[in-house]
Amino acid sequence: MKKEISRRAFIVSTCKILAAGVLMPAGGLAVLEKASFAENGSEVTDWRKVWEGKEWGFVVDTHKCIGCARCVKACKQENHVPLDKEVYRTWVERYRETALGVEIDSPNGGLDFPPLEETTGKQFFVPKLCNQCKNAPCVQVCPVGATYRTGDGVILVDDKRCVGCRYCIQACPYGARFLHPETHVADKCTWCYHRVMKGMEPACVTVCPVGARKFGNLNEHSEVREIIETERVRGLKPEKGTKPMVFYIGLDEVVM
Amino acid sequence: MTGFIYPNEVEINWGLFIVLYPYLTGLVAGAFIVSSLYHVFGVTKLKPVSRLALISALAVLLVAPMALTSHLGKPLRAFNLMWTPNPMSAMAGFGYIYSFYLIIVLLEIWFMYRKDLVEWAATKEGWLGKVYNILTLGAKDISEKALHTDHKIVTFLAILGIPSAAFLHGYVGFIFGAIKANPWWSTPLMPVIFLLSAIVSGVALLIVIYAVTCKIRGKKIDFDCLMTMNKYLWVFLIFAFVLEVLEVIHMAYEAEEEWPAVKGLITSVIPFSYFVVQLGEMVLAFFLLLVARFRSIPKATAQFLTILSGVMILISVLAMRFNVVVGGQLVSKSLSGYSKFNWPIWHEGIIPTAGFMVLPFVLLTVLVLLLPPWVGEEEPALKPARRGAFEPEEEESDKPLLQQVWERLAHGLSWSGVRRGD
Repeated sequence: MKKEISRRAFIVSTCKILAAGVLMPAGGLAVLEKASFAENGSEVTDWRKVWEGKEWGFVVDTHKCIGCARCVKACKQENHVPLDKEVYRTWVERYRETALGVEIDSPNGGLDFPPLEETTGKQFFVPKLCNQCKNAPCVQVCPVGATYRTGDGVILVDDKRCVGCRYCIQACPYGARFLHPETHVADKCTWCYHRVMKGMEPACVTVCPVGARKFGNLNEHSEVREIIETERVRGLKPEKGTKPMVFYIGLDEVVM
Repeated sequence: MTGFIYPNEVEINWGLFIVLYPYLTGLVAGAFIVSSLYHVFGVTKLKPVSRLALISALAVLLVAPMALTSHLGKPLRAFNLMWTPNPMSAMAGFGYIYSFYLIIVLLEIWFMYRKDLVEWAATKEGWLGKVYNILTLGAKDISEKALHTDHKIVTFLAILGIPSAAFLHGYVGFIFGAIKANPWWSTPLMPVIFLLSAIVSGVALLIVIYAVTCKIRGKKIDFDCLMTMNKYLWVFLIFAFVLEVLEVIHMAYEAEEEWPAVKGLITSVIPFSYFVVQLGEMVLAFFLLLVARFRSIPKATAQFLTILSGVMILISVLAMRFNVVVGGQLVSKSLSGYSKFNWPIWHEGIIPTAGFMVLPFVLLTVLVLLLPPWVGEEEPALKPARRGAFEPEEEESDKPLLQQVWERLAHGLSWSGVRRGD
């Protein structure tokens, strides 16, 4: 005997199955989401209040940098970046003008610089870090919105959301991003946002023995703001239109 | 590593899997367009490969995202691209565009085979008949009117499929072309270059698949069909070559700050795979395809030259994908040096990549056995009405071994058996 199913019954049961298929995982997700909120402490921060009146800025004085790379080491330790892997949230480049042209190097991000030699040519160091661009290509290209710019001007990566496609690494003109060898998600300098939130300065700024790195709020009367307003500063690769927020004093033309 | 690279550029972030992805989608787009040449543009000479093209497209299409997902740092989050897409990202559309295209290909194949599926479901014994029965999805009306509707739907899907295929692959080109940080990628020509090389590689793939399947099945290659593919391959090859060269000439002539770095890349970092494999093979294939169409050339030679060109183009386009994807990352963004690509063996290395290149052919074999695509041959086989019954068994022993194996395999799925019923 053939069992007839009416069209109506068929549609109804199909809808039921579909609804169950959607609701069950959704419900599961909601429970998980709640659990993860509970883990992180139940307080919900009102970020708009935190960000109000703040816009962070960074100044690098290339005249002052001596290439000691304490910043590189401090950064790796502070931010859990493996010391033995060739990935860096910040690094120091050395430029030496010779008869053959400009020689650039940054052995192990600057940690392995050999002692300086006497030369007649110009030589100098340039510390590099994430520029927290106002018009950031990494934020633009992230397919899942895992990387974003906070209201006070720092670009962060949500390591719970990042899929590790590395499009942002390709898109950054400054080579500031890398895939974290342990977490397998994109990583980069955050200007030590976790420290800044507690009223501290980024680790690299704190350890710099010569004050070549300066950090502060551009919306208040700060040293950083004063330097930008009174000295001749420029960002890296302005032609890329990224509007970098790290301002360099004494940046030579050869620096890329 | 030569010169200066940024310290974070030691690792090449997009490796062989990402070389493979545009290669595979390119093959898909190209193969689909061949099938559409028949279904939409009425290039009837392509009939023998019209179904094969679509089945091949599906086989490759199914493997393409595997390479991509395996490359992710967090493969289990792959669907985040569809759940929480960032509309500003050039990559976020991937999941939707891919799914849309997959649906079109599946639908087109289903409507194209619907009549056969119904017949197979009715005539095949055992589990195979059940499989076909499921594949019919219960739509068993094969009246003249229903088949006419099917045909109209296939044509519509083929039309819709052309821009979709072009979009799927042009879009991959855009993902690279829109990266201003990379001087070797950043050009508005990139989507067009990708699309044309895709079509070229897809036609080449079909030439090779068609030739190989004919050989295995012991059938004669349809000369007109092969030469029609020769013609299309040749025409698209010209466009692809011109655009690829134009891009570099333009960059060289403008000679902006990134040119010395790009020049160094093609002349001293990847000169062999760029000038010899990518461009050289295109030029050689151009001449071979042309010579193959000369009247004075014997048919066998013409076939050989066409198939040889097909193989060369497949290698050339693979080299092109490598030169773009990996080559672009070898140029340091400091424009002062070059990274080094250390061919990995296991992790995103040569062996799994080779696996992803073989997998489409495994799938293709399964699909071809399940859904035999040899349309052009059905009519003549039909003429001597119940001929199947008279087929002498001992004939098989004269056939080459591969063909025997093939026929043994295909026996259970033989489509000619269907005709006995009507």
